[in-house]
Amino acid sequence: MKTVFERSVPGRHCTILPACDVPERKPEETRTAPLRLPELSETDLSRHYTELAGQTFGVNDGFYPLGSCTMKYNPKINEEIAGLEGFAKIHPTQENAQGCLKAIYLAEKYFTEITGMDAMTFEPAAGAHGELTGLMLIKRYHELTGHPERNEIIVPDTAHGTNPASSSMCGFKVINIASAEDGCVDLEKLEAVCGEHTAGLMLTNPNTLGIFDKNILDITRIVHKAGGLCYYDGANLNPVMGIARPGDMGFDCIHLNLHKSFSTPHGGGGPGSGPVGCKALLADYLPGRRVVKDGDVYRYTEEKPESIGKVRSFHGNFLVMIKALTYVLTLGKEGIPEVAKNAVLNANYIKSLLEDTYDVFRKGTCMHEFVLTLERLKKETGVSALDVAKALQDYDMHPPTMYFPINVHEALMIEPTETESKETLDKAAAAYLEIYRKAYEDPEYLHNAPHRSPIGRPDEVGAARHPKVKYDFEG
Amino acid sequence: MKTPLELKYSKSHEWVKITGEHECEVGITDYAQDSLGDLVFVNLPEIDADAVKDEAICDVESVKAVSDIFSPVSGKVAEVNEELLDAPEKINEDPYGAWLFRLTDVEDFEGLLSAEEYEKVVEEEAH
Amino acid sequence: MGSYIPSTEQQRKEMLEKAGFSSFDELYADVPAEVKLAKELHLPSGKSELEVSRFMRALAEDNKVYRSVFRGAGAYSHYIPAIVKSVVSKEEFVTAYTPYQAEISQGVLQSIFEYQTMICELTGMDVSNASVYDGAVAAAEATVMCRNPKNNTIYISKAVHPDTMKVVKTYAWANGREVVEIPLKDGKTDARFLEGKSGACVLIAQPNYYGLIEDAKEIGEITHNANMKYILAVEPFAACVLPSAREYGADIAVGEGQPLGMPVSYGGPYLGFMAATDKMMRQLPGRIVGETTDHDGRKAYVLTLQAREQHIRREKASSNICSNEALCAMTASVYLSAMGPKGMKEAASQCYAKAHYLADELEKAGYPRKYAGDFFMEFVTECEDPKALLEKLDRKGILGGEIVDKGILWCATELNTKEEMDELVREVQK
Repeated sequence: MKTVFERSVPGRHCTILPACDVPERKPEETRTAPLRLPELSETDLSRHYTELAGQTFGVNDGFYPLGSCTMKYNPKINEEIAGLEGFAKIHPTQENAQGCLKAIYLAEKYFTEITGMDAMTFEPAAGAHGELTGLMLIKRYHELTGHPERNEIIVPDTAHGTNPASSSMCGFKVINIASAEDGCVDLEKLEAVCGEHTAGLMLTNPNTLGIFDKNILDITRIVHKAGGLCYYDGANLNPVMGIARPGDMGFDCIHLNLHKSFSTPHGGGGPGSGPVGCKALLADYLPGRRVVKDGDVYRYTEEKPESIGKVRSFHGNFLVMIKALTYVLTLGKEGIPEVAKNAVLNANYIKSLLEDTYDVFRKGTCMHEFVLTLERLKKETGVSALDVAKALQDYDMHPPTMYFPINVHEALMIEPTETESKETLDKAAAAYLEIYRKAYEDPEYLHNAPHRSPIGRPDEVGAARHPKVKYDFEG
Repeated sequence: MKTPLELKYSKSHEWVKITGEHECEVGITDYAQDSLGDLVFVNLPEIDADAVKDEAICDVESVKAVSDIFSPVSGKVAEVNEELLDAPEKINEDPYGAWLFRLTDVEDFEGLLSAEEYEKVVEEEAH
Repeated sequence: MGSYIPSTEQQRKEMLEKAGFSSFDELYADVPAEVKLAKELHLPSGKSELEVSRFMRALAEDNKVYRSVFRGAGAYSHYIPAIVKSVVSKEEFVTAYTPYQAEISQGVLQSIFEYQTMICELTGMDVSNASVYDGAVAAAEATVMCRNPKNNTIYISKAVHPDTMKVVKTYAWANGREVVEIPLKDGKTDARFLEGKSGACVLIAQPNYYGLIEDAKEIGEITHNANMKYILAVEPFAACVLPSAREYGADIAVGEGQPLGMPVSYGGPYLGFMAATDKMMRQLPGRIVGETTDHDGRKAYVLTLQAREQHIRREKASSNICSNEALCAMTASVYLSAMGPKGMKEAASQCYAKAHYLADELEKAGYPRKYAGDFFMEFVTECEDPKALLEKLDRKGILGGEIVDKGILWCATELNTKEEMDELVREVQK
């Protein structure tokens, strides 16, 4: 496909602005470097992006069971509301914004109730940003309670890569612990690494194998006993919201991925929103200002002197929060557990259709997702998890998450979400089973998959060895 | 798999070419490059950095993985092979020609393996 | 109540049975009884779409939409061409995840590749990432790129956006780096303060928070003479007519991309852009798209240099960033393509001309500028009682400037007509 620069024709343009109605003025110092932006008519531009859209697979194109990403349907009403002038045209520092303040107030109230927390900030713009913010709260807590020596964060090996990376970025030393045989936290190992340097533990529950850690109360108790705090990675909240709350499991702070459990779209990689909730003991350290209600009026509090400071400009990804709030109002107290239960049902149902053929990494009931290990298949046929993932593209569905978690060989991680129907799950399972049969009949065909997409497998080695990261105008 | 007899080796799959009483050249073995797959970048150590025996000193990247390189002996980094920055594929093509760094101030070369000993390590690992 | 669950009661029963369960409760056998919610969440009941729509619209109506806006201060109102919204509302773009599966994500990958190219053109730099959360975080991440084990001090001009200052300080505190504020002289960064200093990097904004055009080249030279890295936070419209960040000598250019087609949205989503010299490419955080070929030699785009990132390097990654602002990056690309080089320069020139017209008229009306230097589209005037003045304008449906230092920071863009500006001046006439 041509790039927008190759479509460009010198002299072509869209007519957007009127002539200037005040006298012309020029800055003292001006640019001499060329500014090679595309020159296009609106037709060219419109068709260019329609063509790009045709080569992009979204949730609306089909089944998208990307494990740990909760690719549920993105309701249209959320988009419509976020697009209202009364939100989109509001300046972040304007006084006259009672509707925005009330929205933030309600969102804090509802999301703290869902998670069992006491306070929340909406400044963090994504999950990893939330992790960093939550860890900063923990750091501040130890600093101000006289324990700056607590500089270790414990992270199980099943954790998302952002957990250790966020810990390092927050100046903590990462203590990795291997999971027990059943995929849960190994209590003995946890106890062994807990000590006077423990700042806290980061945990995803259910974990990335889709298992709810039944020892969760022991885990948080062990960490607390050692003087550490417990951080809940909310990436996998979808299957337990309305059923159990991180706050009741003993967690002190959490982040939510509004672009996962709360149905806001991923936009090809963002914008997301990663609000951070915490218990009262950490509330004064939250970034920025909070909204309180005085009679009928909503207002901001002053920023606390103990606060970690801001982590993003203004009030975070406000419109993403508006979409999530719209979703929570739609679901209400009945809909939230309903979503959780059906997310778990869908995962267990498709698992039951696959488990006689594929090897499930850990048998038994799963939560929202489960992990297949294709180690045996690879040994017997040479067909890898990558081959199977690529082959799935030919069935008009998105492949699952590949090669994660890192403690499982040839892993495929499947999260169907609650917004998929039984028919879709049946059809998907049939595709997985057909690919499995093909692995024994014609592995070569799978090594070369996908066969129906605009391009075949790209040369990633070449791309990384000799990076070409922008259009070459001279080339 | 090639294991030149004139080189020394470490259990973590580095080779050492002793070039002087206190100097050597370090790279990764044929077995290492083969198991890491196509390398796309090498993060070389800083000149003058202290190399500590068996501690990570730099790393190499493939498309989907990063692997630490451990210093087989203690010493000081005197030179790094900058040619590899633009051509990491040389490590895959010629692992014993593509040295990563040169060390000086090496106190001793104790504990290194001979080619024969290293081959045994590899054989055990493959099982 | 809505929940977007398609399965019927009958189907749920069938599915439970096939999966080997007799009830939903059995699915949660692993959840200890002590942590299971004993009662319903304390939330309102679910509502129909019409009820939710009414409720949320009422909230939106509680906010004041001004017919005339003279406030920037980090969030800028520009005209957004119709094509921008139309393109970025396409469902494929809106509902896709990060393009890890390149074969079925060429559209989104190519759009990021094109975005990276445009950011490199705006800034004159060699390499751009696929975006970060906002301009303030872009600045903070840039200081992280400059980490220097020998001296980690960051020098920041006091005239960067106050939120940028706060965010950089928060990030620096978290991993133990020192921040020194560079004082101002006549509203501009005092370059002489940097003489004889040593540290990791210097960060200034061009134009600065007060709209003033900094002596960015001179500051760059002092920075490089002291062996520090030079980070320039640029405003994208100003970047089209002022010398590029590269021409000023920047090692890293960052900025807030919101003005490029995004509404002000009470603060977000916005777009942090980051670009650097080739030398610093490996330190750039976040995703980067590269061009390559498939096995048949067809052009293909992929996420590249991934071994820098958190999902591979884990605790050794230089940044934890995962999600970016891809749809906002696409918004900026569509905007820049619709405007074209001439349109961007024209818009930038109009911003400059209108801000100068407004400044002159305000001066005549008794509000002299506080700082003398050349400015781009924002400027600070004296004002004895800024609060009263803004309230007066508010009653007329005009959003006046931001209160700063006992004065007002005004902003004019191509969106403000001469009539609007004349009206504003009439209203505030002493």
